[in-house]
Amino acid sequence: MNRSDRIPRLLAALSLLSMLACGRSADDGRTPEPAAAEAPAGRPGGRLVAALRAEPDTLNPLFVANRTAQTLRYLTSADLIHINRYTQEVEPALAESWSVSDDGTLYTLNLRRGIRFSDGEPFDADDVVFSFAVHLDPEVGSSNRQLLMVAGEPIRVEKIDSHTVTFELAAPYAVGERIFDSVAIVPQHLLAESYASGTLGTAWGLGTPPEQIAGLGPFQPTSYRPGERLTLARNPHYWRRDQAGNPLPYLDELVFLVVASEDAQAIRFQNGEVDIVSGLSAENFAALEARGPDASYVLTDLGAGLAYNFLFFNLNDLADADLPEVAARQKWFRQRDFRRAVHQAIDRQGIRRLVYSDRATVIDSPVTSGNRLWRNERIAPVSRSIDGARRLLAEAGFSWNEDEQLVDAAGTPVEFTIITNSSNTQRLEIAAIVQEDLRQLGMSVQVVPLEFRTMVDRLLNSCDYDACVLGLGGGDVDPNSSMAVWLSSGASHLWALRQETPATPWEAEIDSLMNRQLAEMDPVERKRLFDRVQEILAEELPFIWIVSPNVLAGAHRDLGNFRPAVLEPSALWNAYELFWKNSNKNLD
Amino acid sequence: MKGSLSRLAGLVLLALHLGALFAEFIAPYGYADQNRDFAYAPPTRPHLIDDEGRFHLVPFVYALEPDADGRGYVERRSERFPIRLFARGDSYRLLGVFPASRHLFGVDQPGRFFLLGTDGLGRDLFSRLVHGGRVSLFAGILGAGIALLLGTLVGGLSGFYGGGLDRLLMRVTEVFMALPWLYLLIAARAVQPLDTPPARALLTVVLILGCFGWPRSARLVRGVALSAREREYVRAARGFGASNLYLLRRHILPRTAAVAWTQGALLVPQFILAEVGLSFLGIGVNQPLPSWGNMLGELQHFHVLASGWWWMVAPGVALIAVILAYDLVARGATVPAYDPATRS
Repeated sequence: MNRSDRIPRLLAALSLLSMLACGRSADDGRTPEPAAAEAPAGRPGGRLVAALRAEPDTLNPLFVANRTAQTLRYLTSADLIHINRYTQEVEPALAESWSVSDDGTLYTLNLRRGIRFSDGEPFDADDVVFSFAVHLDPEVGSSNRQLLMVAGEPIRVEKIDSHTVTFELAAPYAVGERIFDSVAIVPQHLLAESYASGTLGTAWGLGTPPEQIAGLGPFQPTSYRPGERLTLARNPHYWRRDQAGNPLPYLDELVFLVVASEDAQAIRFQNGEVDIVSGLSAENFAALEARGPDASYVLTDLGAGLAYNFLFFNLNDLADADLPEVAARQKWFRQRDFRRAVHQAIDRQGIRRLVYSDRATVIDSPVTSGNRLWRNERIAPVSRSIDGARRLLAEAGFSWNEDEQLVDAAGTPVEFTIITNSSNTQRLEIAAIVQEDLRQLGMSVQVVPLEFRTMVDRLLNSCDYDACVLGLGGGDVDPNSSMAVWLSSGASHLWALRQETPATPWEAEIDSLMNRQLAEMDPVERKRLFDRVQEILAEELPFIWIVSPNVLAGAHRDLGNFRPAVLEPSALWNAYELFWKNSNKNLD
Repeated sequence: MKGSLSRLAGLVLLALHLGALFAEFIAPYGYADQNRDFAYAPPTRPHLIDDEGRFHLVPFVYALEPDADGRGYVERRSERFPIRLFARGDSYRLLGVFPASRHLFGVDQPGRFFLLGTDGLGRDLFSRLVHGGRVSLFAGILGAGIALLLGTLVGGLSGFYGGGLDRLLMRVTEVFMALPWLYLLIAARAVQPLDTPPARALLTVVLILGCFGWPRSARLVRGVALSAREREYVRAARGFGASNLYLLRRHILPRTAAVAWTQGALLVPQFILAEVGLSFLGIGVNQPLPSWGNMLGELQHFHVLASGWWWMVAPGVALIAVILAYDLVARGATVPAYDPATRS
């Protein structure tokens, strides 16, 4: 694999931990809401305008390298068993029922009958077998492949009859049927040829005529104008129905404008050019809210999401890399007390207030308060103490020179840089606050904003950085969704990537705990194992926890069934049942 | 009339540059000092009359506290903080040498006097404006100086010697005009080590800008040098055996001085604007060091535009004033310099 195609995949690994969607649902304390099909019936017609942060790279649901592609896959394809983004429970999708063998390794799925792809061709077990063959083929490079490997073995898929398929796992898998979520089922009749000729990677590109693309999702792409808009039209053969048995989706058209920045999205939303928006920053949310009840939109604060921000130091083994300066600074970063001192010095309440206008939660573990089932309540919150931090540093052999600079035992002043991506205003502000807080410890810190890809290249390829402010999460509530982050061999084990053997005893312990919970079928025992992981993380602080921002969304007042969810795609998860209450809006 | 206007503009410029030079003294607070309890505070209102209706000769301010719903600030009227001239505050080194702790004005702690309000991290915008002026004005003068020096050198040599050297230098000039300097800047920033201090990163940017800004002035200077070379008195001097160096020093370069000065006065605002543009795009001056460019960059954020936009306008107003003043100075400089009467 050459370097140029490695970067997009690594990008995918970073930004899309959310794709690793499998596991148990969270008891988030919400009152049970009606399931999708029980939502109030709407009226058909109309067009909804939404915004995408980035241009799509492809319309192929097999290759999902960023959030844009993830949203499009969600809207244009379907999976066998689905995680309802609102209730976070599994629900039948293309499989109407399923059974599991007693040992937890054999799944038998019964497919819905009479379903058609958007081009009118029927769907059956052959499409499922074909889709899994494609996803599991290492030559194809599907973004789902890694998730379909259980105990290092691919899932074995077998067709029993035209509407029954069995899936055999090499070992029991604790997350169960959640493994099927987001595995797009693609039409064999359209893609078999390009799969046979090895050109699947370029099939269904942005220039492909829409009649050559078909799927099982509520919408299908119809036109794409580069740099401007992507239009999806209603899939007339969509299999979901509303309560009254009316066909879904209600909307005729779903238009995506490409609006790169969150600020620009907020302005477009305020002006009514975009009807629905999610991922708003707290500051823009407040500015939109200031319009009061006369505004043409409604706003929703969903509370703590699953995403979290943190600072981390470069603890990679740099023996082979030619980075003597970073390696020299690692002497500080590797000391637990140094990391603890940094953790204690950061004014996280200040960050919550200044950067997020109080629409965020201070965290002490990767499990945010939005995730109550997996949260370890025994982890004591750390409060800010500059004195405590200075004591820790003094005990670790650091001292202060006459200019109040922190110096290590050898007399070297503690100076390092923090990188973050320049496009993210919140992270820049967090970095500015951290910089000032660490100055109070006598550390001289420089913040270097980098373009996102440049930053990722430093994090994942060259390892040429000291520290970084980053965010992760937003996927599923289950710990399995973050295996690649916590396993020391993981591609997203950010502080020390892809280790052959764990560098420290505590990383080895996390490895063993994470692997044990993967095969543990008893939920209480699984929770106990993951609680221990959280305790180790809170003690060793490979990530210095900062805050978890709230999930903030908004939509036009007249949009019916607008019920944003914490899970992605937050505002559009139920695009199939969104409708315009006011018929004037239908005529747009 | 024109002369007095440009003289006034010159005085304004002088004042602004002195202000930037003595930024630590004029600014009441440090540019990176975060008052985390006072984010997005509006400009502090100075008062002369207190609640009891008593008049005070020395203006005073009240301390701020968050209002009931936590969105704005109200004055806590129980305590007055008189605005003091030459108030004692944070210590600093004047001009980087003399230790000092007096500031032009200030109020006693815990009172705060934010003349232009604060930004999202509670940093005093007036202090940032003054310090940012140092960065922006310095960038303008240094960049213009380099460009002018190179331009006069290349243009003077080219015009004076003519022939093959002239052709060569003019082709080089054209190549420089065509180079995509923006990409060069981005590349230059990318190869610098991460821990380059913001000031040095800025210096690199200004140096590169200066090294790419000279072709226009080189062409102008060349034209003047070319015509000066053919003047009778220059030919006469040559006839009397004057060396090239003497001719350049005594006759040619003085002729180009007027053009060079006006070019300089026009180039400085151009370079200030270039710095502003680059910082606005995020490749100029890094936080926490302020510049007028990165202060204006804050206006890109919707919530700033929607709420406190008006106190972010200050760098824009300062920028317009500086550019207008330079423009007036440039216009003032052209009139006497081309007047044949002053030449003799």
